[in-house]
Amino acid sequence: MLASRALAGAGCGASLSIGKRDISMSATSHYPVATVSEAIETHTLSVKVDNEPGVLARVIGLFSGRGYNIESLTVSETEHEAHLSRITIVTRGTPMVIEQIKHQLERMVPVHRVVDMTVQARAIERELAMVKVRGKGDNRVEALRLADAFRARVIDATVESFVFEITGAADKIDQFVSLMLPLGLVEVSRTGIVAISRGPDGM
Amino acid sequence: MTKEMSGAEMIIQAMIDQGVEHVFGYPGGAVLPIYDALFHQDKVRHILVRHEQGAVHAAEGYARSTGKVGCVIVTSGPGATNAVTGLADAMCDSIPLVCISGQVPTHLIGNDAFQECDTVGITRPCTKYNYLVKNIADLPRILHEAFHVASTGRPGPVVIDVPKDVQFATGTYAKPKTNPHRGYVPKTKGDPARIEQAVAMMRTAKRPVFYTGGGVINSGPKATELLRQLVQATGFPITSTLMGLGAYPASGPQWLGMLGMHGTYESNMAMHDCDLMICIGARFDDRITGRLDAFAPVSRKIHVDIDPSSINKNVKVDLPILGDCAEVLSEMLRLWTQNPGETQGPAQKSWWKKIDGWRARKSLAYKPSDEVIKPQYAIQRLYELTKDRDTYITTEVGQHQMWAAQFYGFEEPNRWMTSGGLGTMGYGLPAAVGVQLAHPNSLVVDIAGEASVQMTMQEMATAVQYRLPIKIFILNNHYMGMVRQWQELLHGGRYSQSYSEALPDFVKLAEAFHAVGLRCEKPADLDDAIREMISVDQPVIFDCVVDPAENCFPMIPSGRAHNDMLLGDAVENLDEAITEEGKVMV
Repeated sequence: MLASRALAGAGCGASLSIGKRDISMSATSHYPVATVSEAIETHTLSVKVDNEPGVLARVIGLFSGRGYNIESLTVSETEHEAHLSRITIVTRGTPMVIEQIKHQLERMVPVHRVVDMTVQARAIERELAMVKVRGKGDNRVEALRLADAFRARVIDATVESFVFEITGAADKIDQFVSLMLPLGLVEVSRTGIVAISRGPDGM
Repeated sequence: MTKEMSGAEMIIQAMIDQGVEHVFGYPGGAVLPIYDALFHQDKVRHILVRHEQGAVHAAEGYARSTGKVGCVIVTSGPGATNAVTGLADAMCDSIPLVCISGQVPTHLIGNDAFQECDTVGITRPCTKYNYLVKNIADLPRILHEAFHVASTGRPGPVVIDVPKDVQFATGTYAKPKTNPHRGYVPKTKGDPARIEQAVAMMRTAKRPVFYTGGGVINSGPKATELLRQLVQATGFPITSTLMGLGAYPASGPQWLGMLGMHGTYESNMAMHDCDLMICIGARFDDRITGRLDAFAPVSRKIHVDIDPSSINKNVKVDLPILGDCAEVLSEMLRLWTQNPGETQGPAQKSWWKKIDGWRARKSLAYKPSDEVIKPQYAIQRLYELTKDRDTYITTEVGQHQMWAAQFYGFEEPNRWMTSGGLGTMGYGLPAAVGVQLAHPNSLVVDIAGEASVQMTMQEMATAVQYRLPIKIFILNNHYMGMVRQWQELLHGGRYSQSYSEALPDFVKLAEAFHAVGLRCEKPADLDDAIREMISVDQPVIFDCVVDPAENCFPMIPSGRAHNDMLLGDAVENLDEAITEEGKVMV
């Protein structure tokens, strides 16, 4: 996914001077071959789509077909009357690839709008997880105490297990899960990230 | 007009309401109701092909040569899968198509029923949009929406998969008055501030070049006209992609020839050395750019395109303008002519001098022969003998396609039908069928290779059935020529599986189809043979036996830069100082 690209001159004058310098420095290369490798970034995209059969397959097919990454994906109908769903995708790529993903999504017929929450919206991101822990004695007490510290709620309990519900940023959940591991972690179910912009305006 | 009718009748009625005159197709179990509805009317004429791929290519030829939407009907299962190559081809080259496919009845979908396949699943990545119609009430809207989606924005193929029970069901048909899709609104008008900025960049450019593509053709005749005016007004040189040939006339003084992998020396050098590239309706395809990190290294780039995903996909541009070519060109021309004086006249004069130096190398030169027909010579003669006629050219894919692009001079848009993006061997013959139907009195020539043409040869029967006098002009070199060329240059001359073994006798083959077969083997006989081909008012297969060893030059091998071209033996080896000087100047 690491795309290298030609350094397009920011301005003609600047490019010209680069060209001259290169010629004087190297007899074998008459032309500047300046390549830069852009860093990989993680972005969260909110995509408003028609809630119609196949729309999720279309979006996922775009990602697999063009070799883009999906780190997380959530989808649900958000406007029942208007038959609109909101897909939240966390993806990774160079800035050029992220821009390409956005434009590829935008040109799909059932896609109404794409917002790069990472860039445009100073978004709030949250994820919900359910975490099952099995244990007795001190481990059980410790799990409960940590859950309290993380503001996780107990939503199911037996004499030898808990199911916690925890909501928060993804790294907070990661942290909680890693703490539960030595205390008898059985399994985790996570929703994937949802995002919304700050302030009064919608997407 | 609101009327009760069956789903099958709605499909035909919608075609009539959309002005469709011809539909290409092949019947089968899951489309029998549609074929029954066709039988009961005489407004839409059905053209029976011999394979569904042929139907789609014929519709592409029809669409590309007329600017209208091409229409196809195929049955479920194998009918739909056979159409996939054509759909993918139309997707790559932005050809507007509506393809109706039959599907097993709704209650059997997902049951592995006879001739069932997941048509919407299979065609999703190779169509602009597709539909599975599960409810008769949705059908009229979807039918009209499909035509709208196919023909607007960046055009492309749309599939409507209609289960057989929906074809039988009755519902209320009305042509929707307003359109259509609430989320789909392609942007056509370019941002005025950016267009202004573009013109300002053009005024200060010392070494500008126009790089145009199929988008200009898709935008319509107005875009072509405006492009020509703008090119003339600015005095800038112009080159074009394979798909864009004909937008600017090949005889025009500012024409550099096609660019890219098999483009002319002057066009590729101009692209490499330019300080301003004005890309209009092209997409920086890898056949064009070559090595990306050495692509036009000192240029600023303006990119006009209707598809946002084409912008900054391969090459980062300095000024993207999202919009329809015609609208943007019109605004560019207006702003340019407002103040024609302000240009870099002297600098451009020296730019043209440099270009003339590149032109002087005559990069398309080849060694002529009295013994064997050189393929380039065959195209040149075909051009000379057909240029004064109302001629349309289609091609297959390979060396012959590149030679056709290099040596046939296209003066007008929509006269050149070729498979550019997907590179589909077997495109040209069925495309010629579609073109000839749309232009019954014109001369339609498929410039073919003996290997490609065998992929869809069965469509000769279609041509004969409908009395379409298409001319299949085969440059027969007994090889998959482009494969052989790459094997010669890159794989040590090991011609693995590229020899056309056991070729049919094309003359007898033509006769077997009740068409006319001609063969020519000597350069001296070529003109008369071509004249005979033109004069026959029947489908013709012309077996033009050419030099089997000829390679297609110039050539930029994959992964090389524009100024790193392989030239043919016959190219003028002029004073290298010109190019050295040219290089130092940047």
